[in-house]
Amino acid sequence: MSVVTQPSTRPAGGFRVTRSRRNVVWTGAAALIVVVVLALFPYIVYSGTTAILVQAFIVLTMASMWNLLAGYAGLVSVGQQAFVGLGAYFVLILAINGTSPFAGLPVAAIGCGVVALPLWWLVSRLRSGYFAIATWVLAATIMLIIERFSSIGGGTGMPLPGFTGMDPTLLVAYTYWAALAVTVLTLVVIYLLLRSRLGLVLTAIRDDEVAARSSGARVGLARMLVFLVAAAGCGAAGGVLAISQLQVQPSAVFTVQWTAEMAFATVIGGLGTIEGPIIGTAVYMVLQQTLQSYNAWYLIILGLVAMGVALFARRGLWGLVDSRLNLRLFPVGYWLRLNGDHLDGLAPPGRAGKSSRLASRASRQPAGPDAPVAARDNKT
Amino acid sequence: MAWVNAIIQGVLTGGLYALFACGLSLMFGVMKVVNLAHGDLAVVAGYIAIGVITVTHVPVLWSVVIVVPVMAVLGYVLQRTLIQASLDRGVLITLLVTFGLSVVIENGLLQFFTANSRGIGAGLPLVSESFSLGSQIQIAYLLVVIFAVAVVVLLGLQYFLSRSKYGRLIRASADDSEAVQLSGADYRHVFGICAALAFGTVALAGVAYGMYSQLSPTTGTDTILLFAFAAVVIGGLGSLWGTLLGGIVLGVAQQIGAQINISYEVLAGYFVFLAVLVLRPQGLTSRRAQS
Amino acid sequence: MSTPGNGERPDSGPPLLEIRDLVVNHGQLRALDAVSFQVFPGEVYAIIGANGAGKSTLLRTIAGLHRPTAGSVRFDGQDVTTLRPERRARQGIVMVPEGRRLFGSLTVEENLKVGTTYAREGPWTIERVYEMFGWMRERRDQRTAQLSGGEQQSVAIGRALVTNPRVLLLDELSLGLAPVVVQRIYGMLPQILATGLTVLLVEQDVSQALRVATHIHCLLEGRTTLESKPADVTADQVEAAYFGLADAAAAGQPAEGSESLWPG
Repeated sequence: MSVVTQPSTRPAGGFRVTRSRRNVVWTGAAALIVVVVLALFPYIVYSGTTAILVQAFIVLTMASMWNLLAGYAGLVSVGQQAFVGLGAYFVLILAINGTSPFAGLPVAAIGCGVVALPLWWLVSRLRSGYFAIATWVLAATIMLIIERFSSIGGGTGMPLPGFTGMDPTLLVAYTYWAALAVTVLTLVVIYLLLRSRLGLVLTAIRDDEVAARSSGARVGLARMLVFLVAAAGCGAAGGVLAISQLQVQPSAVFTVQWTAEMAFATVIGGLGTIEGPIIGTAVYMVLQQTLQSYNAWYLIILGLVAMGVALFARRGLWGLVDSRLNLRLFPVGYWLRLNGDHLDGLAPPGRAGKSSRLASRASRQPAGPDAPVAARDNKT
Repeated sequence: MAWVNAIIQGVLTGGLYALFACGLSLMFGVMKVVNLAHGDLAVVAGYIAIGVITVTHVPVLWSVVIVVPVMAVLGYVLQRTLIQASLDRGVLITLLVTFGLSVVIENGLLQFFTANSRGIGAGLPLVSESFSLGSQIQIAYLLVVIFAVAVVVLLGLQYFLSRSKYGRLIRASADDSEAVQLSGADYRHVFGICAALAFGTVALAGVAYGMYSQLSPTTGTDTILLFAFAAVVIGGLGSLWGTLLGGIVLGVAQQIGAQINISYEVLAGYFVFLAVLVLRPQGLTSRRAQS
Repeated sequence: MSTPGNGERPDSGPPLLEIRDLVVNHGQLRALDAVSFQVFPGEVYAIIGANGAGKSTLLRTIAGLHRPTAGSVRFDGQDVTTLRPERRARQGIVMVPEGRRLFGSLTVEENLKVGTTYAREGPWTIERVYEMFGWMRERRDQRTAQLSGGEQQSVAIGRALVTNPRVLLLDELSLGLAPVVVQRIYGMLPQILATGLTVLLVEQDVSQALRVATHIHCLLEGRTTLESKPADVTADQVEAAYFGLADAAAAGQPAEGSESLWPG
């Protein structure tokens, strides 16, 4: 059976391109309900649970950022902890000077985005392996510099001011809502980003960087923007971290463990998909909660599972689900709706190695079996 | 005079850093692998040495005779299995897997050996004593020995790569691993040999550092990996002797920083690294511009 | 649409290399579609065809660098279809790859020495290669990246020869080389064949192929369009097979008085 490279029949009624399938209305509504329910948690559950959820939100935010970096822009950063730490310190510095730590969160995000600009200039020309270690060195350098300033705690850190006199339950609730808000905002930003033209460029880079470059896409600009956004996101997460821990210690906020957690969560959940980090974070939290009393074990197991997934199930848990159900919670691609006759023999796109083609491709990285191209939707 | 002392210290420490770095340079130069677990493997070697000494009570230097071959074999096996599998799946996966390996090793060590740091051969005269040149210069015997070992290792590697059959195959595989197959060589086996060499040097580095300073589960990444990488970048990729030059520059920079303020030591090294990255990314010895 | 008949060699004994129904896919693209042929000892078997016809893919599959989707490669009676490339090389299937692919950081002599690492027994040694290419001995300590295209091609051939292959696969020797240089290199073929080798070559320059080959096999979009001895086909037939014109199937003896490409 030979492979056909062009359609053998033409569609009788033409076709149209849409942004998503019909299920988006339902998933959108479901997402809204989920967010509302989560927002009500402080009224419903104990503070122990909300504390755990705050941790989950922090990891989810960071994982989504790491996913953007590695899964879409092809940048493996082992130094994101630099921005986590910087975000925490932005909040700390503002709190020392009288601002509410919560108000410091947007400043942390923007501040980290700004700091990321010269850092990008330092590392942007480096190839992957070098890029990775260079980001690590940058993070180590930033930590060493911050430790020099005793006014913000020096090497030992200091407690976070700005909450004296606040009712503890209220503090817990506000912290929770801040974490939730940051996470929801992060996911919304990522969703909009990937739906935009920039997102199309990123998806092209994800699939085949050489092809993306040669088709004229502004690859360098796209990667820089991703780096800046990821810095901002990790900065916001760092700010939430500071608030949730009520103190800022350099060794706690600048540890490479943050990168390990966000990287492993993303890989296990599914690199290069928006849903992946969500699932990965869930797995991470489950592991952490069950193995909590065993100290370093959860990181060992998390690491081993991540390595296994990277080698044997590259598209992660979400990839396994998705390839069976062809489900997408966050529709960012394009669907080709065909009117009239069945279109025979329309060739699916090539495997990873072909750049996105606007009218005929859903946003999927075909690292595994060939993705279906079009929803041959005769119901229209 | 304190400055002269500092510079001499820095130069000699460069030998230690060259030991850290040559394995990393070898693996990246030949197989294009950035092994993020590089430093942690040195720590593992150090812990194995400590274990061997504790159990068998052999003299410290004899532990080297055991640890180096063990690590070399481990390197071959790891390369043929984990790393080759990662390489076949691309750069991203390789970085992820070696990073995962690093985290697993560190937390494994933490879990089984606690966070306490340990040294090797603490009581030995070799480790604790130094000699004087004039009235103000003190040089530790250990540093001189480590520097000498580094030079010998680099000479040995250079000789092996340029004269021996496998050295030739390694260089050929680095140039074109597909074409080397057409000449009858299994490049995976050749890569394995290269990894064995790299891990052997890493073992020496770990034991050396355990004697010079102390080993803890996080030393691998805090110190060894980042310093090794800095030495490679400063010296220039693709040059074995460049790792010595890079190590020396790094060591001297650190000592100068320490002279200004003791807590600037590590920072000074990183600044030099960043400066090289910006001004001359191909390193000091490389003739080509980095592509 | 292969041209039957002219590929048969009834009294030559068993074939050295036998390709049966080879199908090779590059992702979604079918690069080779059920290609079959046999190469007998001592022949110079040339694969010709336009760019993208699948010639290099064919050679690379025989060398072991590609896995076929279907079909088989048999060498000296043994099925080697799933054998790794280095094992095939050690058994005597050695390819001189397209673009030379020398080890640029190694010297001329070191490149040849790599070839001798897993060499079989036979007449070819580094010394003999130096004798065949007179200029090489003096330049043997020069890094191959500094050589000219033709010199690199010679070293690449030498590197393959010192393994003492039984079948030498030559992939696009003429690529990027001046015609004079190409002629000189192909002029070495008789010396090579004299030591008992068999040659399977891929060549984009049709007239060059026709000059040296004992058999030609034309591919078009992965399929065989012509298989014959050069003496038995006309220029028109080759052209038709090359470009895929309608009467490529017209086999048989050339008409009286028409151009015969291979005298006698």
